[in-house]
Amino acid sequence: MMLETVREGLSWACLLSGGFFLVAGGIGMLRLPDFYTRMHPAGVIDTMGAGLILLGLMIQAGFSLVTVKLLLIALFLLFTSPTAVHALAKAARHGGLEPLLVNTEENDE
Amino acid sequence: MFSAAIIAIFITMALTLARALLGPTVYDRLLAVNSFGTLTVLLIAVHGFLMGRPAFLDIALVYALISFIGTIAVLKFFEYGDLGPGERVSFDEEQE
Repeated sequence: MMLETVREGLSWACLLSGGFFLVAGGIGMLRLPDFYTRMHPAGVIDTMGAGLILLGLMIQAGFSLVTVKLLLIALFLLFTSPTAVHALAKAARHGGLEPLLVNTEENDE
Repeated sequence: MFSAAIIAIFITMALTLARALLGPTVYDRLLAVNSFGTLTVLLIAVHGFLMGRPAFLDIALVYALISFIGTIAVLKFFEYGDLGPGERVSFDEEQE
């Protein structure tokens, strides 16, 4: 009985903190002034948010095939989302997008 | 518990969608869509747990694969102007 409540509490904590990081990343995506700064919250969403939520689900699922699938999803996200955002940054830099170095008045927000 | 996670995912989806619509540059939109893809993966996984359907995780895994491929394909289109097998003059070669 004791293990059950610990597991329940732990997965609850993971899911909620994952949700918190997701919302924090989402707000960051909206408020940050420049494309290059917005890549950070995208990373927060992909690593912390997704990782904690998948971890919470893994704890919920215990030792089973479901956990292996969840591990595969988490591992895959861990490898591909930094690669995608890196490729995106390279394409943006090549596309001539200048980083916002000083907070000048004429940027859009 | 799962519904709390789903609500958080929906809120983040709304924020990311707002960035996708507002995004001044096209790269902002792609960044927002990329995050939206990851959020959909999470939504499918958590929804599968909520409804007690472990098969949803395969769908979430495939969705993660496809969303990555989609992002890279759009980036290739941005970089080389087309996806076709034509002679690829990338941005660097144009400099010389």
